[in-house]
Amino acid sequence: MRERPGWAYLFLSPWVLGVLLLTLGPMAASLYLSFTDYDLFSTPNWVGLQNYRNLFTDDERFLTSVWVTVKYVLLSTPLKLAAALAVAVLLNRDSMAQGFYRSAFYAPSLLGASVAVALSWRVIFNAWVSNPSYSLLTLVALAVWQFGAPMVIFLAGLKQIPQELYDASSVDGAGAWRTFRSVTLPMLSPVIFFNLVLETIHAFQAFTGVFVISGGRGGPIDSTLFYTLYLYQKGFTEFRMGYASAMAWVLVLVVALITAVLFRTARAWVFYIGDER
Amino acid sequence: MRAKRLLWHVVCLVLLAALLYPVVWMVLASFKPANEIISSLKLLPEKFIFANYREVFRGTAGVSIWTFFTNSVVVSAGSVIGNVVSCALAAYAFAWLRFRLRGPLFAFMIATIMLPVHVLLIPQYTIFQRLDLVDTFWPLVLPKVLATDAFFVFLMVQFMRGLPRELGDAARIDGAGPIRTFSSIVLPLSRPALVTTAIFTFIWSWNDFLSQLIYLNTPRNYTLPLALRLFIDQTSETSYGAMMAMSVLSLLPIALFFFAFQRLLVEGVATTGLNG
Repeated sequence: MRERPGWAYLFLSPWVLGVLLLTLGPMAASLYLSFTDYDLFSTPNWVGLQNYRNLFTDDERFLTSVWVTVKYVLLSTPLKLAAALAVAVLLNRDSMAQGFYRSAFYAPSLLGASVAVALSWRVIFNAWVSNPSYSLLTLVALAVWQFGAPMVIFLAGLKQIPQELYDASSVDGAGAWRTFRSVTLPMLSPVIFFNLVLETIHAFQAFTGVFVISGGRGGPIDSTLFYTLYLYQKGFTEFRMGYASAMAWVLVLVVALITAVLFRTARAWVFYIGDER
Repeated sequence: MRAKRLLWHVVCLVLLAALLYPVVWMVLASFKPANEIISSLKLLPEKFIFANYREVFRGTAGVSIWTFFTNSVVVSAGSVIGNVVSCALAAYAFAWLRFRLRGPLFAFMIATIMLPVHVLLIPQYTIFQRLDLVDTFWPLVLPKVLATDAFFVFLMVQFMRGLPRELGDAARIDGAGPIRTFSSIVLPLSRPALVTTAIFTFIWSWNDFLSQLIYLNTPRNYTLPLALRLFIDQTSETSYGAMMAMSVLSLLPIALFFFAFQRLLVEGVATTGLNG
């Protein structure tokens, strides 16, 4: 470690430029724009809280998009994590084939984010996609299908659990389910927490699959009108960019709030070794 | 014991078959005529046809598939180079150099990983529109050149911190400055982190849809995801064959990367929690 501040900032300069021009600057700008009627082409006029007020009192579709997104997050995140955990437990055994299975189960996570797979999904689940009662479920299924990434993370966590704990548990005469509940789950809870936070934040921002499967419109009858899709429509097809900026800030606040709540609840159920609370 | 092992393989393979069914179906569907694609979920085509691929190579919206392919390659390659270089530079400063604002800047960098991109979209679009760069590849590549993918900075910092410090001290005694230390010690030793960053950046830019949708608007500049998107608006089902063929072609590079680097990819996820 050396004392060379000048050099340090030289190495950091691309990142610092990026932060100023593409992160902090735009954040400030979008906060300002959310209080205006900006439409990309004319000078923004200050409208105070009107955008925010309209969102919550005068925009049926906005409330629909919130509801659709909440349903999606509440369904897809637990199901995806449960699938990931189940398969990780299944794969966690001494076998030459483990590496092969791990890679193969991971593959959908790489492919699933593409337009190509979403298009196939649309064809395969054709009858469901066009039915407003089931269309959202096809998107949940697409998300759950990509359980590979959290599964790989769970598997890495399972390998960290000391064998002595399992030995002790079997000496105590505990069965498989009992061992899973009183050894595996608590020991894995930090990893579960990590995946839960990541996947929740992720689910709120789903876009590609939604756009493709709903035909870019959120149909049928707004049953897949996701928050991000509605934001895109307002900002980039209607050019109501002030309004869309307000939506973006509501999203940031909601995601921040949910992350904070998750961290709060973590105290009650996440167990760290050496933690005597 | 042997029976149990066999049962385990059977369970794994059955699950795997179910999981990969949509992908296999997609590949085989690209060899079926359109009416068969819609009417049946059977895997094997009644008869293998190549007409879908011929149609794709005739072009879409008057543009050749090679143009879409080249555009995707340019965007992804530019993103990879930009990301690897800029993230490595920043990570070296965070991991190996001492400066007053290191703590707060590092904390800020971590915070930006969690930030939803949607809050940046509109102002960034306005900036690129003022610079007359909309409908070029710059808005897609420039953010990578400026290390906005903070996750990869973090990944590299973690890796570089683990490198033996003594090497740096030895280099200093030999009179090497930070640039020499960076280029001849830290960079070569960080190869695994650089490769992981490169592969994931490639795959994510290749699959990226939202920013390409926003910034590219003439078919000549379309990448593969945008060309595929054109099929969404077509209501006639006769285009389904070409759609499946093009979908398969667009996934080929990802499949190749997966087969070539699967170990590195999976290890990358396992050790860092990387998760697109």
